[in-house]
Amino acid sequence: MKIITDISGGRMTVRLIGELDHHGARQTMLEIIDRIDMNLPRTLVLDMSGLTFMDSSGIAVVLKSYKSMKELGGRMLVANVPKQAMKVLDASGVQRIITISALHE
Amino acid sequence: MKEKNSFKMEFPSKSVNEAFARSAAACFTAQLDPTLDELGDIKTAVSEAVTNCIVHAYPDSLGKICLKARIFPDNTVEIKIKDWGRGIDDVAKAREPMYTTGGDERSGMGFTIMESFTDTLKVVSKPGKGTLVTMRRKIAVKE
Repeated sequence: MKIITDISGGRMTVRLIGELDHHGARQTMLEIIDRIDMNLPRTLVLDMSGLTFMDSSGIAVVLKSYKSMKELGGRMLVANVPKQAMKVLDASGVQRIITISALHE
Repeated sequence: MKEKNSFKMEFPSKSVNEAFARSAAACFTAQLDPTLDELGDIKTAVSEAVTNCIVHAYPDSLGKICLKARIFPDNTVEIKIKDWGRGIDDVAKAREPMYTTGGDERSGMGFTIMESFTDTLKVVSKPGKGTLVTMRRKIAVKE
């Protein structure tokens, strides 16, 4: 799992690259929270275009990032979600509280 | 129904094996000419089941996980994932969406996802003895 961060203005984009499962989830979560704490963005975009696989471990990463941004009074979007990962997010119902957009493949 | 093909693998409950197990199950299923979506479903369901063994069956130690897969003539793939770990006290409760004993690092959606990504899901568990998860998924026959 690789993470690339891009900051412009108050917007921080975190690109997740590779497979997001339980094996890498804790490290990914710690890194995202660390980058939020360091940059204090107003908006966090989790860009999933580089994900080749995601299971329910990814739901916990999304929810924890969301909680972290809420504590800051900021907002979070999940963008460019590939089909397989979207199916996992759909099953979880998180789109009731978080704005999620699909990747146009 | 008589099986057409089968395989069996055994590995220790190390999280690095999650990717190995789901890839192996997907490679085995490939002989049924599945779509990428169908393969994605198999990989996701296996990943959830194996993660459960690692997180819940063997929380403080390494243990053995066994994955068996069979293919039937009607293009169904059956995957069994077995552990000899702690077991589940209340299977019905564990299968409820958002229920987890894994804290905020887990979403509690494992069984829900296994259920929605397969055709049938059977969970048999004995506290202190282990758990057997059986999933079946029919792969559509292509023209």
